[in-house]
Amino acid sequence: MKSFVDEVATTLGGGHIHACIQCGVCTASCPVAGEMEYPPRKIIAMIRAGMRDEVLSSSSMWFCLSCHLCGCRCPRKVKPTELAHALESLAIQHGYSVKGTYTPAMYRSFTSSIRANGKVHEFGMMLRFYLLTNPLAALKMLPLGLKLFLHRRMPLIPEGAEGKEELSRIIQKFREVRGSQ
Amino acid sequence: MKYYSYFPGCSAESTAIGLGLSVRAIAEPLALQLIELEGWTCCGSTPYGSLDELEAVVVAARNLALAEKTGLDLVTPCSSCYVILNKAAIHLEDHPQLKRQVNEALAVADLEYHGTLRIRHLVDVLLNDITPEVIAPKVQQELNGLKVAPYYGCQLVRPHYGPDDTESPQSLDLLVESLGAEAVPYPLKARCCGGALVISEQSLALGLIRKLLDSAARNGAQCIVTPCPLCQTNLDAYQSKVNSKFKTDYNLPVLFISQLIGLALGIVPISLGLRTNIVSPGEMLDYIYKVKREVKSGT
Repeated sequence: MKSFVDEVATTLGGGHIHACIQCGVCTASCPVAGEMEYPPRKIIAMIRAGMRDEVLSSSSMWFCLSCHLCGCRCPRKVKPTELAHALESLAIQHGYSVKGTYTPAMYRSFTSSIRANGKVHEFGMMLRFYLLTNPLAALKMLPLGLKLFLHRRMPLIPEGAEGKEELSRIIQKFREVRGSQ
Repeated sequence: MKYYSYFPGCSAESTAIGLGLSVRAIAEPLALQLIELEGWTCCGSTPYGSLDELEAVVVAARNLALAEKTGLDLVTPCSSCYVILNKAAIHLEDHPQLKRQVNEALAVADLEYHGTLRIRHLVDVLLNDITPEVIAPKVQQELNGLKVAPYYGCQLVRPHYGPDDTESPQSLDLLVESLGAEAVPYPLKARCCGGALVISEQSLALGLIRKLLDSAARNGAQCIVTPCPLCQTNLDAYQSKVNSKFKTDYNLPVLFISQLIGLALGIVPISLGLRTNIVSPGEMLDYIYKVKREVKSGT
């Protein structure tokens, strides 16, 4: 059976993980390291130690803002931002449930919107997200939503991309190809 | 006239409509022919890639294949689309097996991606193809040394897909200066605004936005300019939330760089979508136009 570190190294975003020398520049550069139970340097060490369940059920990578400071400063060209997204993707693929952050729910609402419309429909995405996670917060967001709407920045009806049917067919085909190989 | 294939991105048509409108408005006077990519969809996006990193590449790849067929460079004004599309192109180049699978899927729509496309950010095109030397003589409305904080955000400069420095970038500064405005020192110019986590982790993001507003205000900026639709929304629409959370009173208009360029080219504010800005740019516009009137009456 493949070790966890090899599993991660075969993902698109985890390909550079073997190069890490644990210097910690990534963690020192991260604007949200303080929010993470396992900041980037530590999570790489945990992956190498084979701590699969601890890593994949963690909320840590879901705090990544994709600011890419870590990767640009890494002396070994590791890309912790891409690693974070690869870990998120692995966690979803293997059905891990994540506690302590609403970000996975937000990403789900966002992605559903793309799959349905071919483009992101922000109003639908945000409404779905707040109803699924915290309907009370939706009330608090109402004034901001209204402001955006009144400034023509929050269309209520999704326009839908012209290419959305074609995109759906391509995605469907890709799932078949992936499944068979 | 310079020709490009144009990828607006979803937000340039909705939450960042001011970006879409202003880019369209400045294209003609700058002899920039932006041909909208026919049939484009979402670039793939960070959230999609976080749920399914391979499938997100296919979403991007359809756009790449469509763009490659035109034979032109693909230009996007959206910093996130810029990163997502470039990253997908690199993944396809580095992983031949993935590229084969993606092309097998694209074939259902008679598409194929070969890997020859150049994906560029609008700021790169403005600076390096159009150039400040060409922009400066086209300025019709003096900005009178308006003090501007050039905010790059992350995705325009990191990862390193373009020519600018990843931590101390200069491209926006040069564009701002070419218009006759003053780019104030802005130490946090390439630090993160919180991105999409403003939705799921609002208080975390508000803290980051506060630092950015604070740094701009302390350096005497009369407004902030940025190319990024998400940064603009966070700094503009959430500015009042920052004020109520931290008991501050920031009142900094946040413009798209294309809006500032448009003002300098003499385009009327409404055509640049300035009415869609949440923090009113009224005072800033008064500064630009009033000073002009004074100069006129003085001569």
